[in-house]
Amino acid sequence: MSQPLVSARGLVKRYGDFVAVDDIDFDVERGEAFGFLGPNGAGKSTTMRMIGCVSPPSAGTLQLFGMEAATQGRQIRARLGVVPQLDTLDTELSVMENLVVYGRYFDIPRAECRRRAKELLEFVQLSDRADSVVDNLSGGMKRRLSITRSLINEPDLLLLDEPTTGLDPQARHVLWDRLYRLKHDGVTLIITTHYMDEAEQLCDRLVVMDGGRIVASGSPRSLIEEHSSREVLELRFTLDGEVDRGSDITGIGERIEVLPDRTLVYADDGEAALAAVHARGVQPISSLVRRSSLEDVFLHLTGRTLVD
Amino acid sequence: MAMTTPGPVRVAFWHAAVFKRLWVTNVLASIIQPLLYLLGLGVGVGSLVNRTSRATDVLGGVSYVAYISPALMVTTAMALASTESLWPIMSGFIWKRSYHGIAATPLGAGDIVGGHALWMAARCVVAAGAVAFVLAFFPEARDWGLIPGVPVAALTGIAFAMPLMAFSILRKNDVGFAAMNRFVIIPLFLFGGAFYPISQLPTWTQVIVKFLPLWHGVELARAFTVGDIGGSASLGHVVVLLCWTIGGSVLSYRFMRRRLYV
Repeated sequence: MSQPLVSARGLVKRYGDFVAVDDIDFDVERGEAFGFLGPNGAGKSTTMRMIGCVSPPSAGTLQLFGMEAATQGRQIRARLGVVPQLDTLDTELSVMENLVVYGRYFDIPRAECRRRAKELLEFVQLSDRADSVVDNLSGGMKRRLSITRSLINEPDLLLLDEPTTGLDPQARHVLWDRLYRLKHDGVTLIITTHYMDEAEQLCDRLVVMDGGRIVASGSPRSLIEEHSSREVLELRFTLDGEVDRGSDITGIGERIEVLPDRTLVYADDGEAALAAVHARGVQPISSLVRRSSLEDVFLHLTGRTLVD
Repeated sequence: MAMTTPGPVRVAFWHAAVFKRLWVTNVLASIIQPLLYLLGLGVGVGSLVNRTSRATDVLGGVSYVAYISPALMVTTAMALASTESLWPIMSGFIWKRSYHGIAATPLGAGDIVGGHALWMAARCVVAAGAVAFVLAFFPEARDWGLIPGVPVAALTGIAFAMPLMAFSILRKNDVGFAAMNRFVIIPLFLFGGAFYPISQLPTWTQVIVKFLPLWHGVELARAFTVGDIGGSASLGHVVVLLCWTIGGSVLSYRFMRRRLYV
């Protein structure tokens, strides 16, 4: 009988009158990459803290590896790898020292820490920086070190809270590549992100959160199929035409979203929609046809964009 | 079955790893300051004090240098443990977030608090030991009683470290820390019985001084050098120091748990 690695039912987190996480259910299976997608303040990080057993649930049940998060936090944490949103590295220590100190928290013998650290540094391509002081590393390298550190106890489940927030595009791609490999090696990942491309690249399955609730769940592809059209036509207008640019094209496509900087027309055939716009004599200053993304799913479900 | 290392020891190892890069400067600083007091006050004030027999009587019949020597070990420990239990605690939560890192492992609030106590005790033993070593070069100060003064200084150190840790955990920023230093630690250094008997102070001041840990540590360490150890007074000093240590540790643990696991 295989039970899910993580199972939450009616999970709630309250801070005084504020409800950060409002009655959510989810299961994470062994070996999958599971994502929480949503804007800042949606309750993703709070959920992640509950899964990491550093935040006791206010109500509901949360089980990891068949144990209760509320009462068996220590045993559960021994089997988790945690990459927090803000690095908690010892910046005055070297890369290797950071890994050994952290490994000792799990009571892994020092020699074993060093052996694992060497292997892991190879994996994240930081071997040549083993003796560098963390202060001197770039932001991307620090993130990679955080991931290395979280793997030192050979965890059954890796928690990544906003793993690439604040990184430049190149550093993000290096990180994604490493996480993708981990996933292929069979490590179970839980990722929170407000980047839809990150969720699409890494997650097998995800839930979309907004205001502490889960508003949709499924694979990236199924979410897009269910909640958006196949293609999207993006139109930009001059500032003069801004006022009633939406109404000029009413009825084209399945749905129209008017954003501050652009207008989105949801249609299965974007080029046909663009032709229809032109046929009405509407002249956008630029237009673009693209495939639907999770960003569109979120916009459709909540009426808001992910990153504002 | 493999031996497991107790959690507080694992946390203390982290402190040691971070400290490793700074220890020479720190130990030197711990020695130089008491040495300056010994030379400045011991020689300067001492030359005045030792001239009158009435003053020597108040000091219990010993020279001024012999009088302040054990106290310097204890005040060194107090100063060290106090500063290390203010700003570094804030760093653990906010600046470097190290406590949050530890909280995500099998270790918890009790291990962090216990690790801090262990580490402070170790630091105080080294610092007070270094002061004792330097004092041994001065014939007037040299005394076997300085050796048991080392653990007394360490106990006094954690009697300050733990309640101050509890105070620091409750703070959201470091605004109160300089005030704590200026209005509690430094006055205590001046009025806590290190440089003259507190019988010279007004009664209400004596009451405050006797409530706080420093005077008890100083009197206990001094009892070893002047050969006055073992009475109920000595036992009382130990009890007061333990009360501050245990009370501070319990509060630190509760506050730490509440702040980390929210």
